[in-house]
Amino acid sequence: MLKYILRRLASILLTLFVIVTITFFLMRIAPGNPFTSEKRLPPEIEANLNAHYGLDQPWYKQYAQYLVKVATWDFGPSFKYKGQTVNDLIADGFPVSLYLGLEALFIAVFFGILLGVFAAVRQNSWIDYSSMSLAVIGISVPSFIMAAVLQYIFAIKLQWFPIATWGSFKHTILPALALAMMPLAYIARLTRSTMLEVLNNDYIKTAKSKGFSERVIVYRHALRNSLLPVISYLGPLTANIITGSFVIEKIFGIPGLGAHFVQSITNRDYTVIMGVTTFYSIILLLAVLLVDIVYGLIDPRIKVSAKEGV
Amino acid sequence: MIKMTSSVGEKEKFVLVRQNLEEAEKIEKKSISFWGDAFYRFRQNKLAMFCVFLLLVLVAMAIFVPWFSKYDYDTNDLMNTNQPPSAKHWFGTDDLGRDVFVRTWVGARISLTIGVVAALIDLLIGVVWGGIAGYKGGRVDEVMMRIADILNGIPYLLVIILFMVVFGQELWTMILAMTVTGWINMARIVRGQVLQLKNQEFVLAARTLGASFNRILFKHVIPNAMGPILVTLTLTIPSAIFTEAFLSFLGLGLNPPLASWGTMANEGLPALEYYPWRLFFPATFICLTMFALNVIGDGLRDAIDPRLRK
Repeated sequence: MLKYILRRLASILLTLFVIVTITFFLMRIAPGNPFTSEKRLPPEIEANLNAHYGLDQPWYKQYAQYLVKVATWDFGPSFKYKGQTVNDLIADGFPVSLYLGLEALFIAVFFGILLGVFAAVRQNSWIDYSSMSLAVIGISVPSFIMAAVLQYIFAIKLQWFPIATWGSFKHTILPALALAMMPLAYIARLTRSTMLEVLNNDYIKTAKSKGFSERVIVYRHALRNSLLPVISYLGPLTANIITGSFVIEKIFGIPGLGAHFVQSITNRDYTVIMGVTTFYSIILLLAVLLVDIVYGLIDPRIKVSAKEGV
Repeated sequence: MIKMTSSVGEKEKFVLVRQNLEEAEKIEKKSISFWGDAFYRFRQNKLAMFCVFLLLVLVAMAIFVPWFSKYDYDTNDLMNTNQPPSAKHWFGTDDLGRDVFVRTWVGARISLTIGVVAALIDLLIGVVWGGIAGYKGGRVDEVMMRIADILNGIPYLLVIILFMVVFGQELWTMILAMTVTGWINMARIVRGQVLQLKNQEFVLAARTLGASFNRILFKHVIPNAMGPILVTLTLTIPSAIFTEAFLSFLGLGLNPPLASWGTMANEGLPALEYYPWRLFFPATFICLTMFALNVIGDGLRDAIDPRLRK
């Protein structure tokens, strides 16, 4: 087990190295230098600025310095907001995004499984058809359109919820729902199809013939084994919620890391783009690792130590 | 006596059938090919057939409306800005007085083009990469799939965002960015199929007859893997359309005055409270297209492999 985790960590480091390298060189060939959008600077000042940020060094020195800095968790200064570092931005925005993301994750997983189980237990009934239609629609509506629709109906027309910004729990409901809708639909479909398979297994028939009630069979016996694909979907789900947060936070005016990231894209604030990309990649890779470990612990048929790395 | 009559009676009961081997071997019904069978099952799926029809209508509208309309997608009419839908402007006008109806179908052209072209490039790279990795096996397979794994560790949308920031907001950069990591899913599916197929007798027979590597892979193995490839292709198109809309929403879409569904939705969002139709029409068509393609993809999967029916 330990060996497996170490090997996975090594492969994560390799992936991170590739990501940092790619982002570094992509940002170098990006058009313009970090100071172009401001007023034309006298050449002396620009030279000073370049010297201050180490941009006058040859690329390999900059690259080596950047690698060392990232390794010590220092993503450097923001070029557009004087005096702010990328670390500040992450510390400022990430807690908000994390809160919203976890809420969305909870909604997606809980209601997704519930919907999937209902549909599977009453296969080919109206419950099945309506929840699966709902799921196909959920998959087909991009999160930002969902967000706009929810905002229009529940905040502008009905005025049940605040339109935007961040504050109380009430502020989080609409954005979390919009963020959760697509993964929810996906989880519902996933749960339904595995549940249907599991319900055909012999041990379920045994439980039935022993006279257990349907509720016990479904929730005690079948559900546990149906959840495995859902658990392995949690990795992609994290990615989905991270990228979804970019647009959702923009639409609802939430001061999270996603919004900062979008702002840095608009501003062409290259260090922030690089830093936040690396940060998101770390979160994602760790989430995937965590999911794999949990998966191995839950399902004894899968021996994590015997599995190939990555 | 009794015996006699009975034997005569027995004999009379049987009539000698005229021996005609050709007649006997005749195939009464046309034999059903694999694809014929799949097509038959697909046609039974009413919702999927409806979605095919819907998609054809959308494509036809995208092709013909911009040709025949009296409005231009980029002609401003500042006397008639933000008009609600009317007989003159079926979908209303936007903040520059441009006809939303024409813009919607010009946008359809771009969104559908991006979706289809990106999916086709994914298909090409994925089939070649996955095919070679799966068929060669061993070291080659390991290295090729490890590269894919590392690329896949990078969050899909983050890579695309970086590419768009660096290489500018053009149609071809967007398609290129989408295919940087988009092909991996297809490669994995093709590899899995090839692994299953490559040890079957017909491949062995082809090898024995001295068929070349290319011939075996592309004439024998890949055509037999066409089912899952086709399903993956169908499901890649909506995700590419979604990605286009997502990027436009982050302000990384095509430059104005070009219209895509994503850029139109992005422009319509701030006006949601007062001019909701500017968001409503492009958003509806994004959802309809994604819905249709998802349903068709599901239907194809069910039709091609009924055991997988979900």
